[in-house]
Amino acid sequence: MSEAEDIEEIEVLTLPLDGWHRARGGRMVEFAGYWMPVQFEGILAEHEWTRASAGLFDVSHMGQLYISGEGVEAALEAVLPIDLATLKPNGPRYSMLLDEEGGILDDLMVTRWSTGFYLVVNGATKWDDMGHLREHLPDEVTMMYMEDNALLALQGPQAAAALERVTTGEWPLSALTFMKGGQFKIAGVDAWISRSGYTGEDGFEIAIPAESAALVADTICAQPEVKPIGLGARDSLRLEAGLPLYGHDLSPDHSPVDADLLFAVNKRRRTEGGFLGAERVLRELAEGTKQKRVGLALEGRQAAREGAEVYNGDQKVGVLTSGGFSPTLGHPIAMAYVDMAHTAEGTALEVDVRGKRLPARVVSMPFVPHRYYR
Amino acid sequence: MTRYFTQDHEWIEVDGSNATVGITDYAQGQLGDITFVDLPAAGTSVKKGDAPCVVDSVKAASDVYSPASGEVTEANGALDGEPELVNTDPEGAGWLFKLTLSDAGELDGLMDKAAYDEFVAGL
Repeated sequence: MSEAEDIEEIEVLTLPLDGWHRARGGRMVEFAGYWMPVQFEGILAEHEWTRASAGLFDVSHMGQLYISGEGVEAALEAVLPIDLATLKPNGPRYSMLLDEEGGILDDLMVTRWSTGFYLVVNGATKWDDMGHLREHLPDEVTMMYMEDNALLALQGPQAAAALERVTTGEWPLSALTFMKGGQFKIAGVDAWISRSGYTGEDGFEIAIPAESAALVADTICAQPEVKPIGLGARDSLRLEAGLPLYGHDLSPDHSPVDADLLFAVNKRRRTEGGFLGAERVLRELAEGTKQKRVGLALEGRQAAREGAEVYNGDQKVGVLTSGGFSPTLGHPIAMAYVDMAHTAEGTALEVDVRGKRLPARVVSMPFVPHRYYR
Repeated sequence: MTRYFTQDHEWIEVDGSNATVGITDYAQGQLGDITFVDLPAAGTSVKKGDAPCVVDSVKAASDVYSPASGEVTEANGALDGEPELVNTDPEGAGWLFKLTLSDAGELDGLMDKAAYDEFVAGL
């Protein structure tokens, strides 16, 4: 039996809101092993709706983990470049899983709860992440896969107004500023809500029991500001926000240093090390890297996509890891790993698309300013 | 004038040895919001099955295959400023390019409207 035949036999799984999406006209595609909606009324319309109002995203494919037990703090610091001493309760912080060689296995969010840590990891990598964590965490530390949880994201300038109307809790929703979280109820359903997301807009991520996901999604979508949004717009929104996508902009070939995500390696860890992959990260911090991840703005309207090569004259100096047309800016944008000599803001380069050289220049990210509620 | 359709969702309207090529309404619906069309220059010689034209959507870039061989006489310049015409009127104002046919016999294997509609219904 060939490998291809093996792959075909892997069943595509359904998420708690599968029927909900189909009933609303979602065009379903296979993503991260699940059927997920790529679009409802159209990527462009959904993109613009999220930037102008509020979009509801189903991200239940992502892995929600709860890690607790004796010595959990030290155990997590041994696998993540995070400084947990400075992580206050209930606020998510961005971090990364690194392999022994310092390559990025995944990017994730870590939140301190009262007795342990809540992690949200990418859907396509969650099984490998769990294997990696289990391998490197001591036996006293338990890892629970919260597979009975769904995860929604409500994003956009009207997200707070819409969500506040349907949320009750010990504090008003407005008590949450960017990267803070708390326990609330939506339509009577217990919901863990954090003010965070993947679009660059103000917004929330909402963890709820899978059995109540449809009720919560209905309740939120009944608000006039809110429409359901598919994966297509999620990708174009995160690209405009300059946020990397695992499996494309991040991979084991890259470290937090060349990915230009050093903020995920907290200050104390940059000097002390002591996490998996620290040797490479500390060495690269001292010596620099050959390339780094930069933003490119292209002229005209023709988009360049992942895999397109970046040139300085005849010399190949990099490759795109993401790219597409920016609906907000009206021109194409991209992320690329480019040789250090050509990474200064404003540097003029060219991107090869089907033998045609498109002019591009290095720009700072985000491409579209973040509008977080701080 | 006769209009033919391909299994790759192009249409070609033939008037003597002159033809106009575009993509079907089904194709534009699958591609989604079109942001750019890379059109062939007049004078470009194309063979049946070549991809002289690329349609870029927010999602992806897609080749448009020429349903027949010939020489491109004109590209739809209106698409430079309004690529969305391919979404709003794919089988009319959103045409892509015109060509003079070098072998009208190549049209024999293509579908007519009824056959194409049936083909799409089965997808």
